Parts: sequence; structure tokens; C-alpha cells
Amino acid sequence: MTLVPQAIILGILTGGVYALMASGLTLIFGVMRIINVGHGALVILGAYLSFALLRSLHIDPFLSLVVTMPAMFVLGVVMQVVFVRPLKGDREALSVLVTYALALGIEGLLGFFFTNNYQQLNAWYETASIPLFNFRIAYVYVFGFALCLAILGGIFWMLYRTTFGRAIRATMLNRTAAQLVGVDVDRVSALAFGVGVATAAAGGVVFGITNVFNPGSHYDLISRLLTIIVLGGLGSLRGAIVGAMVMLISTDVTAVVISPVWASFVFFVILIGVLVVRPQGLYGITVRDRA
Amino acid sequence: MTPARRTSALKGGALLVVVVLALLVPVFAADPATTNIAVFTTMYVGLATAWNIMGGYTGYISLGHAAFFGFGSYALGLLLAHLGIAAGYTPFLFVPVAGILTVVIALAIGWIALRTRAATFVIVTISCMFILQLLAENLVGLTGGGSGLSFPVPTWSGDFFNTPYYYAMLVLALVGLAVSAGIRRSKFGLGLLAIRDDEDKALAVGVPARGFKLTAFVISAALVGMIGAVYGYYVTYIYPQFVIDPLVGLSMVLMVFLGGLGTLWGPVVGALILEPAQLWLSYNFGASRLYLVFYAAVFLVVILLLPRGIVPSVTDLVVRWRHGSAAGPAGGSSETREALAAPGVRSP
Repeated sequence: MTLVPQAIILGILTGGVYALMASGLTLIFGVMRIINVGHGALVILGAYLSFALLRSLHIDPFLSLVVTMPAMFVLGVVMQVVFVRPLKGDREALSVLVTYALALGIEGLLGFFFTNNYQQLNAWYETASIPLFNFRIAYVYVFGFALCLAILGGIFWMLYRTTFGRAIRATMLNRTAAQLVGVDVDRVSALAFGVGVATAAAGGVVFGITNVFNPGSHYDLISRLLTIIVLGGLGSLRGAIVGAMVMLISTDVTAVVISPVWASFVFFVILIGVLVVRPQGLYGITVRDRA
Repeated sequence: MTPARRTSALKGGALLVVVVLALLVPVFAADPATTNIAVFTTMYVGLATAWNIMGGYTGYISLGHAAFFGFGSYALGLLLAHLGIAAGYTPFLFVPVAGILTVVIALAIGWIALRTRAATFVIVTISCMFILQLLAENLVGLTGGGSGLSFPVPTWSGDFFNTPYYYAMLVLALVGLAVSAGIRRSKFGLGLLAIRDDEDKALAVGVPARGFKLTAFVISAALVGMIGAVYGYYVTYIYPQFVIDPLVGLSMVLMVFLGGLGTLWGPVVGALILEPAQLWLSYNFGASRLYLVFYAAVFLVVILLLPRGIVPSVTDLVVRWRHGSAAGPAGGSSETREALAAPGVRSP
């Protein structure tokens, strides 16, 4: 029965990229109390940006992040200022609709420029693999996992070791109080949105190397990411990472033990089970009412 | 007649005219291309109205109502297949049965989803939709999986083919509107609006929030399920991704927001504007997916510039105009007019 440990290792390695994507999403939620339904589309956009650079200039997908991450950061800041900041009233609900609309817009534009054919990011390390115990692990998973760890580490460093990170955490805890002690919450929100979107670019590269994608891939992706952060508890970075690991490991193990067609089903069952017992998710604080 | 009675008589008359016009659509516009648009537009009038009973009245935004649409569709298709019912008018009689089956699934989904509030609720409804889609795909023995499910095809002539479906959709839309209007005027509806405004306070004054929310959710889902059933019979062939389509769930939400969240006629107005536009766009630009960009643009404009929707905004205008004319040109400076209109311009 070497299949199960192999599935667990693969689950951890692929869980890294989901942890990264979900962290961006949960960071945005934590700071602004909005759900960015467009996060999946932004990941796919990141994958397509690297794909375009790879195809036209032959830039390695990982290397292209030097260009795409800052670009996506700027895009995120602009999105926050133009579409999210003006929202009034029931921001949580309205933001879901606005970001869903942005996702549709991105999907439409990607479909227009890149067609709806499935694509994949290619690189030499995609087929190469290293032996581990009695099976082989493709380099691409290892590289992707390392990149995700590095960026997640960067996010934690930013949150807990910098003044900006302190401002973010203050805004997450209590927006009004943060404002009172002199935090420019509008600026913090815009920048945090930018950081979240920039991580989507990195997630997009790793996702694009390990999966085929087309402009419509974001539906499946966002439904997974949202369930991850709901499982972990909205706004909890730790929850996002644990949620991602639970999802990918349970999916991969189900795929080898039961059948691949039921793989994602098991995770949804876990999610429902958790929600029945703990509606606020694993690491969530009690869900606040719309204030 | 007092002004209030005159207004209600006027409203009743207008309603009658609208219903008669709706009934006569297949008579005036008999060509299949037009009746096809009429079928889909009426379908969305019903869907938006049904969604509004949950989303508009209680403020719980469900983005997963496409699950019930698809479930109703599959329910009717499987009923017809297993009972060996031939095409014709009989399948329409089984639409309420599909509705009852949808009630069962909606009770289960609602029970879980309504343990959460606000943003989490939105996400759980999306997840539930994908669970149903996965089930429809994986339970091959029951649903036929990815290869889809066929309905019996009636042998009506091309010119007449759409008409029975149109009337079926119209009946469901009118039932939806009647239910929606009835709820708005009832104590139950008042409870739902109280939940929307402040659930904890509503609980404190004795509104049985959990039961009320679940009831609204199930009513809304049952209507959507029945409409989905007629839709399945109309298109005659369904498969999981096609009939449990996130875009269907999103469209009804957008229509309600465009027309006016929580109003009786807002969903109708929204559907009458957006669905023909969407059909026209996907007919002309469907291949390039650019219609998604247009759709996104409308959505953004509506939410950013008209967050309360058309119906409340227009009602405000009318109220302002009336108060303006009542005060008379001499008596009303613009400031008093604004002061008089103020109660009508509540922010949501």
C-alpha cells in the first residue's frame, strides 16, 4: 500500500499552491470584510500573463513572476480603489457581486485574447522527476511548493515583522479602532488587496504548470478556494493553510482509495460536517453579523 | 375616490393590462424566434421573483440557486423516464411533483447553509451547487452522468411548439408573483424584512428567525425547481454543467439587483430588461465570449451607480415629483421639496 503515502505527499505538495491562493483570498477578507469571488479569475489571469510571456519572449514561468507579480499588485490596488472602495450599504454582499462581475469580465477578455482552448505552462522541469523512497516526485511540484512556502513566509514576515503588517493586523481586528490610532485604513486596504492579487499571480504560475487551464477554469478554482477559507475560518491565514492541506490530502487519498470521480466530493462532505458542528470554521472567530 | 383608492385602482388596472398583454404574446408574435425569447424572458421573470423571496426579503444572498433549477430539471426528466410518460401536455402535470422533490433537497441544503450568515452563507450556497453538479455527474446510474438526460420530445408543429412552454412559464411566474406579494403583506413577510434589517434584534422581539428563513428558502427553491423542470422539458436534453450553470444563478441575482432588491416588481423589471439583452448579445457575440464583458460592465454600473435598483430609484423620483407638484410652484422652494421627499430617500 505505497499509494496512500504517495497520495499524502502529493497532497501536501499540491496543497502548497492552494494554501498560497487561499491566503491571498483570506487576507483580503480579513482586512476588508469582503469576499473576492474574482480571486480564481485573477489566478487564471496570472497564469495567462506568464503564458503570454513564455510564448512570446520564452521567459521561464517562474522567472516571469518578477514582471507579473508587480503588475498584478498594481491591478489589485486599482481594482480596490475603483470597484470596491465606493461600495456602500451591505458591503459584504455587494462586494461578492462586484467581484463576480470582475471575474466574468476577466473570463470574457481572456476568452477573447487567448480563445477557450486549454493551455498549460511548459518548462523543462515539468517532466523531470526525483526519486523519493520507492516512487518519483516531479520537480515541478517541488519547485512550486518551494515557491509557495517562500511567498507564504514573506506574507507572514510582512504581517508580523513590519509596521505595515501591524497596520494590516490592526485593521483586521477592528477597523474603527485602527482608524482612531492613526492607521490610514483606506490605504492599508488598497495595498492589502494588491498583495492578495499579487499572490494570485504566483499561484497562477504554479497552478498553470501543474494543471491545464482555460478562461472558464476559474469557476472550479474559486469554489475550491472559497470552501478552503470557509473550512479554515474566514480571515484566518492559519485556517487557509490548514484548510488547503485538508482539501488536497483528502482529495488525493480518496482518489487512490475509492475513485478519482469522488475525489472532490469527500472534501465537500468534510466541509459540510465542519459547518454543522462549527459554523465559523476551524480557526474562525464567531461570524459577526452584518454591521 | 380618495387618492389612495384611486392609486390602487390604477395599479389593479395596470396589472390587468400587463397580464392580458402577456397572455396574448403568442397571438401577436407567433414566429418561433420571438416566442423563444418570450419563453426565456418569462422564465427569468419567474426565477428572479422566486430568488427575491429569499435574497430580497431576508437579505441572504444565495449564489447557488442554479442547484435547484438543475435539480428540478433532473427531477422531471427522471420522473418522465421512469414512469414512461409520453410527450404532450401530461409532463406539465408532473412539474409540481418536481417542485415537491425540490422542497426535500432545499430543506436539507437550507438546514446546513442557514447555520451560517452573510458571506459564509453565500459561499456555502455556491459549494452546495457544485456538490449537486458533482453528484449529477457521478451518479451515472441515476442521472446518466456526463452523457446527459433526454426528455420526450412533443410532436407539435414548429410554429406552435413554444406556446405551451410559454404559458407554463407564465403560470409559474404569476404564481411566483402572487406568492411574493402575499408574503410581503403577511406577518411572515414582515418577519423576513425584520431579519434582513437586523437578525439579532428580530430574534429578540420574537421572530422565529431560523424557521422563517428556512421557509423562505424552501419556497424560493421550490419555485426555481418547477421553472427548471419546465426548462428541461423545453430544451429536451440536459447535462450537469449545462443545467446546473453558475451563470443561471448569477443572472437571477443580477436581475433582482438591477430592478430593485426586496421590491415586488423589481425582479420583473430587471428580467424584462436583462434577459432579452443577454439573448441578443449571446446570439450576436456568443462565440467570442465578449458578451461576458458586457454583462460584467452592466453589473458593475448597476451596483456602483444604482445600488438600490431601478424600481426604488424611480419610485423616489415619482414621490419627489408628486410632493413637488402638491406643494405648488409658489409654495415649494427646492429645499422644502427635498425635505418632503426625504422619507422616501432612505438609504438601504
